[in-house]
Amino acid sequence: MMKSKADEEDYWNSSKFKAFTFDDEDDEFSTLKESKRTVNSIRCLVEEDDDKEEVEKVSWNGEPVSSNSWSVSETAASNQRAEREPAFPKINTVTISKSHSGYSLSSLFKGETDGKVSLTGSSVLMMSSCCDQDYVSDWSPEETVHRMQQGKVVSLEKFRSLQDKLLLLDSCVAAHDGNVITAVLIYLKRTLSKEVLFRELEPRQTALSHLIHYLTETRDQRLLLELLRYTCLTCFCFQLLQYKEHLSIADENKRRDFLKSCLSLPFSPEDSSHVQDHYTLMERQVIIETTDRRAERGEKVERALILNMPLITTLSYCCLYHYSESEGTFSSPLNIRQTFKISEKQFFVTALGARAKLKAWSDVDALFTSRNWLGFTRKKSPLGFQRVVDILQKNSAPTQVLQDYVALVDDAELRITLAQKHKCHDIVINTYRDLKDRQQLLGYRGKVERGSGEERKIDELLNNLQIRWKN
Amino acid sequence: MAAHLSYGRVNLNILREVARKDLREFLDKCAGSKAIVWDEYLTGPFGLIAQYSLLKEHEVEKMFTLKSGRVPPADVKNIIFFVRPRLELMDIIAENVFRSVFVSRFQAPQFLTIFSPSFLLQECYLENDQTSLYHTAKGLINLQALYGTIPQIYGKGECARHVANMMLRMKREFAGSQNQILPVFDTLLLLDRNVDLLTPLATQLTYEGLIDEIYGITNGYVKLPPEKFAQKKQGEASKDLPTEPKKLQLNSAEELYAEIRDKNFNAVGAALSKKAKIISAAFEGRHNAKTVGEIKQFVSQLPHMQAARSSLANHTSIAELIKDITTSEAFFDNLTVEQEFMTGVETDKVNPYIEDCIAQKDPLIKILRLVCMQSVCNNGLKQKVFDYYKREILQTYGYEHILTLNNLEKASLLKPQTSSRNNYPTIRKTLKLWLEDANEQNPNDISYVYSGYAPLSVRLTQVLARPGWRSIEEVLKMLPGPHFEERQQLPAGLHKKRQQGENRTTLVFFLGGVTYAEIAALRFLSQMEDSGMEYIIATTKLLNGTTWIKSLMDRPESQIS
Repeated sequence: MMKSKADEEDYWNSSKFKAFTFDDEDDEFSTLKESKRTVNSIRCLVEEDDDKEEVEKVSWNGEPVSSNSWSVSETAASNQRAEREPAFPKINTVTISKSHSGYSLSSLFKGETDGKVSLTGSSVLMMSSCCDQDYVSDWSPEETVHRMQQGKVVSLEKFRSLQDKLLLLDSCVAAHDGNVITAVLIYLKRTLSKEVLFRELEPRQTALSHLIHYLTETRDQRLLLELLRYTCLTCFCFQLLQYKEHLSIADENKRRDFLKSCLSLPFSPEDSSHVQDHYTLMERQVIIETTDRRAERGEKVERALILNMPLITTLSYCCLYHYSESEGTFSSPLNIRQTFKISEKQFFVTALGARAKLKAWSDVDALFTSRNWLGFTRKKSPLGFQRVVDILQKNSAPTQVLQDYVALVDDAELRITLAQKHKCHDIVINTYRDLKDRQQLLGYRGKVERGSGEERKIDELLNNLQIRWKN
Repeated sequence: MAAHLSYGRVNLNILREVARKDLREFLDKCAGSKAIVWDEYLTGPFGLIAQYSLLKEHEVEKMFTLKSGRVPPADVKNIIFFVRPRLELMDIIAENVFRSVFVSRFQAPQFLTIFSPSFLLQECYLENDQTSLYHTAKGLINLQALYGTIPQIYGKGECARHVANMMLRMKREFAGSQNQILPVFDTLLLLDRNVDLLTPLATQLTYEGLIDEIYGITNGYVKLPPEKFAQKKQGEASKDLPTEPKKLQLNSAEELYAEIRDKNFNAVGAALSKKAKIISAAFEGRHNAKTVGEIKQFVSQLPHMQAARSSLANHTSIAELIKDITTSEAFFDNLTVEQEFMTGVETDKVNPYIEDCIAQKDPLIKILRLVCMQSVCNNGLKQKVFDYYKREILQTYGYEHILTLNNLEKASLLKPQTSSRNNYPTIRKTLKLWLEDANEQNPNDISYVYSGYAPLSVRLTQVLARPGWRSIEEVLKMLPGPHFEERQQLPAGLHKKRQQGENRTTLVFFLGGVTYAEIAALRFLSQMEDSGMEYIIATTKLLNGTTWIKSLMDRPESQIS
């Protein structure tokens, strides 16, 4: 098992895993010297470990810590070789002292000081290549995975053939430890061609999602998109991820163009229509914004920006500033309603809110008016009149306007509550009259102003002998 | 300091003490002065086991939060990172370490990195990351090392199955070392959140649940608007109102809170006024104290009475704050719709209330919570209804939410109906998930925690204890994921000899989170005289509908409105 000094020297000089830099000195020589020193120190640690045979070192939270690899401790590792995998753990020169058995909350419910494997796939390889005296090379994939879970030294390099690699992948997926899965995936990613990797991952959904997650986190957007394009066309992950990109584009024209490029992606039919709508909306917002900015220069009041706002907000804007435009223009509310198939209710609420805000009561009135086939006009609303009153009142509509709509509330009791709330006395009085509720009417007399028209009206009604009061 | 943890049947203080010991030993391992760089998410959980003073005793001189860039200069020998093992954090650490070393190469301190994982449904179902399951299994193995092997394991759901399998496998691997501790738990029940998606979506109606719904409880603390707490001291009324939120710790160490936390909110008022009478009666006691001995006794009780009084004042203020909300029309309307869904009223149509809420641009999370609830209660929405909601949401809140909706679909919270059969009514009837006239004041059933709805997860737990899951085979098959039963061999001599009338203890493990109301319901079951079962609850996360939906949203931070 033991290697002679010369062998080791040889190994290190020939090793392709030279990224083991512990010092921030840049020059190759000192780096190597440093590594070698460290390797020696590892070996004595390993031997020490071996002496104790079964005694596992246990860290502060009860996790067995192998003394050399993946230790909890990382010393200053300079990261000069940017082309390598990030994070180069350094072997801990201050060994964690032995056997602190015990358990921590975090290890009980959340896990333990794991994650050593998580990023540092490369370290797995490096460690394994320099500590070969600790491992027997014929571990089965299961054993390898098991050792990785325990934080022990393993060599992934011996899994050379594709079949071996896949067996390894399958057994770590079966172990459900994402850190190990990620480590193995990093190894596969480095040693397999993209095509083969993608092909093999396709039927292995768990591993696939781990790689997707890893690539997302490391922002390897290019490979991620390639992977998704290959494996996830049918589940639309790729399309959505591509679409999501637009959120990071600040410039509105670039963003719009990017959205346009998304239109050709094979989305699901529903999503495809939404993305199409999004693009159309963005396109219009840019046009409206540009024209309005130009027109606005004369105006004093600054209008709110609509770029990147939702559709309904845009509609509301157009109801405020472009209400009476003919259906042919991009900014006409009716045109927007048509193009985006906005539901009647939504359109109605938005238009109502906007016109009420401008106190354009005639427009509000017109919204409700419909003619039946005899030519009579009557008020119709896709919205409960209670809600209509609500919206009007929020826009501080005067009582005269409010009472027109309160009167249209079907439910008598609700009508009374609303009328009382908004001081529409006439409606309260008329409703009580219709209900033939003398007691209530009498009670209401106390609430209206003394000597007012309302009081007189109540008195008239109370003295009217033709009404057959129910009480 | 954390005495409330040791009262229960299972002494949870052991856990806390072990954790503290570990932390101390760990800190002592790095000799010399230290600075700690914290992952912000961990400061809360660590606060549960250790205060700053403890850290200080062990030469921790400085603390920072983890940010990209350089660690602020600190003249210390060690710099320790306490972080969760998340990929995105690793890069920050690498940058921290690199930059620091670059600047001060001659006195480069030691760097240490500590990881402490977490578990979220988001990870499990959205990213399909199963690491958390492994850690859960590992945690349970460690728990068994402290509290003895748990002879019976039950479970329901995909993740539960995985965890149980891993536990059994790990157990086999340690076969050599038999655990000689008398088992504290008789049964372990693993419940996958995926089995009961409905419960977290409903508004919790217990006192604690409502505090969490409205203000959010993080690691046992809640931040409240200060106005109601202001005019405490007389004579200082003219002072400016405090603008800082009032931070309160909530746990059962506070006698009054222990008493009311699990009550339905409608019963809290009565409990508070009863308490007020007791306290004022106790203060009145001073008039009866005649002899020196009596006065002395009265004085000795004063600190306790003072504490009780300030606790009462606090909770009265909180109850007032909550009452303002629960009595509002919006709250009532929302609750009505939720209850309609849970009782199966018109779940297959577009709901006018949801429509109105969208038209009013109510917060998106509220809308999503309701729509998901309707979907879950209807075993998926009719395609037409599904498309309608989707269109309305995207038009009103922005097309980019297509990503969020997609996430919700992946977690099967929101989906179009695939089969025409809606099996929710069968589940509801068999498990008696809805009880008319739930008694809120003096509850006789767990349904009091949602004023009528009995949380499915807790009902499953209840049925398991009696009469057993065999009686509900059919329903179990309708719920997602497998259900199973496993037994673990105990070494001879460790079989419990049960006294007549002694309660059995079940550890209920919620994989993927649990709500305060569910906890209240389980505590209620423990207290029921004839249940014969004591429940200890473990989970990977405490959640409510809002935090849950938020965790599933794409870029939730951009959607605060």
